[in-house]
Amino acid sequence: MKIKSLIAILAIGTTLFASCGAPKSDENTGTSDKLKGEVKIDGSSTVYPISEAVAEEFRTVQPDVKVTVGLSGTGGGFKKFSRGETDINNASRHIKEAEGKSCEENNIHYLELEVAYDGLSVVVNPANDWVKDITVAELKKMWEPEAQGKITKWSQIRAGWPDTEFHLYGAGTESGTYDYFTEAVVGESHKSRGDYTASEDDNILVQGVAGDKNALGFFGFAYYEENKEKLKLVPVNDEDETNGAGAILPSVETVKNKTYSPLSRGLYVYVNSVAVDRPEVNEFVKFYLDNAGALTREVGFIPMSDEEYAAQKKKYEEFMSTHVKK
Amino acid sequence: MSNRFEKISRFKDSSFKIFGMFCTFFGLAMLAIFISSIFNEGISRISWDFITSYPSRNPAKAGILSALAGTLWIIVITALAAIPIGIGAAIYLEEFSKKSRLGKIIEINITNLAGVPSIIYGLLGLEIFGRMMGMGGSILAGSFTLALLILPIIIVATREAIKAVPSSLREASYALGASKWQTVKSTVIPSASSGIITGIIIAISRAIGGAAPLIVVGALAYVPFVPTSPTSEFTVLPIQIFNWVSRPQAAFLVNASAGIIILLGITFLLNAAAVYLRIKRSVKY
Repeated sequence: MKIKSLIAILAIGTTLFASCGAPKSDENTGTSDKLKGEVKIDGSSTVYPISEAVAEEFRTVQPDVKVTVGLSGTGGGFKKFSRGETDINNASRHIKEAEGKSCEENNIHYLELEVAYDGLSVVVNPANDWVKDITVAELKKMWEPEAQGKITKWSQIRAGWPDTEFHLYGAGTESGTYDYFTEAVVGESHKSRGDYTASEDDNILVQGVAGDKNALGFFGFAYYEENKEKLKLVPVNDEDETNGAGAILPSVETVKNKTYSPLSRGLYVYVNSVAVDRPEVNEFVKFYLDNAGALTREVGFIPMSDEEYAAQKKKYEEFMSTHVKK
Repeated sequence: MSNRFEKISRFKDSSFKIFGMFCTFFGLAMLAIFISSIFNEGISRISWDFITSYPSRNPAKAGILSALAGTLWIIVITALAAIPIGIGAAIYLEEFSKKSRLGKIIEINITNLAGVPSIIYGLLGLEIFGRMMGMGGSILAGSFTLALLILPIIIVATREAIKAVPSSLREASYALGASKWQTVKSTVIPSASSGIITGIIIAISRAIGGAAPLIVVGALAYVPFVPTSPTSEFTVLPIQIFNWVSRPQAAFLVNASAGIIILLGITFLLNAAAVYLRIKRSVKY
């Protein structure tokens, strides 16, 4: 009795639910032809806000194209991408050799498009009055694997800094951010000391640094920008005079003109050559490159220059005309 | 002498009582702090617009429609899949299977399964439902994965409920000439039903909160449509909340709190339903 009525309730719920999902066509854009179909995006959670913003805007132009964005992470996303399960992969680093190989094995050709910049920001607590700037060599000394257990005090990094322990905060080892930072600072991707506070959630790193006088951390520029009053930004000196002299603070300008080096990084989308032959995917990629510049700043990243977007678009058009059609 | 012993044991008694009270209030206080801070931050964000809008880069325009719809779909299909199988397995194990060594092994394994981290079920679901059975990142694949996740909980709870039915009831049923199935159907299950329902609700509450296994199976984060069939792609509230919490803009944290309140509301409703059914159906012996 009871079980029957329970099943009945569930069944009624399902039908009600299915019926309320009727598509509503509200937008009236009047542009070219209305496309249908879907665009499947997955990958990096860092790039996610940009793709989300583009997908949201794309809906006002092509309301019947279902663009979905997932959060599997750069590596997890590439696994799906290399099986042809997604059309576009968000990536906060370049594709790895092994990932490229598995794409090849499954006959998937791809193109990398750069869509925005991010300035990995090195921050300390506002109460920290000794760190006024830092060199890449000093960062390396703090973060390299050999430092574990040996380099623990500020005074070991630079003479004149206090004889107290420092505490490091950084991205978790599964993230593209970690790979990029270690590559740029330690010199080898995915290698660093293990005794630091790691989190995939940058807001937790912000809280960590904001509450610890002896903290030093790194994360995306947007997280510094939104928490300026709780953090102190540290200018980074790469000791290379050719791209700006001295220690340089990350900002929209210095990231854009690449003087904030080596911690400026590109953010990418990878497109699948079979998918871009579908008109809705092709349209979406073009829309992405046309609008990423305006949208990236809104979600906290740093846009490339107009010429650079034009160059990416040209690269894409060449790919469209030369890649093998199925 | 005896006076001293008495004093000591009385002291032990009262100190344990204080310790127990502290433990109880500690949990409650933490919960109260959490809920009040979430409510403080999020309650003003909840509006009809918030419930009926799709996700957006603009925190003030973003809503939870697709996530809420996904969560309701997932609850319904997970329940449809897990409840009959879970109860069936429990009835078999408790009433029909012979108490052999094999039965013992199965029993230990099911109890262990209840403690397996949910992400492992996600990987299992991705491989079996998503890839081998070709369901991809659909609601079905997600629901079946969560159904596997909560099956052990339902089985264990149902078995406990069935064990608690006094054997005198069964014997009375047999004495009237009832067969084994008749006894199970008309005597054991009705008397155990309040315990079974509680187990089901606890299990489903666990499924509602699961984000990790669903992300592995292929649930998305930005879904600008309401799923219309079980084969549709989807997102759920915990994923939307997780996504908002990790965004840099503080306004997204407010959205996350509002989302948490809605999620808490759903779990609360389910629990209220469980309490109601339990009171209505509880049998005193």
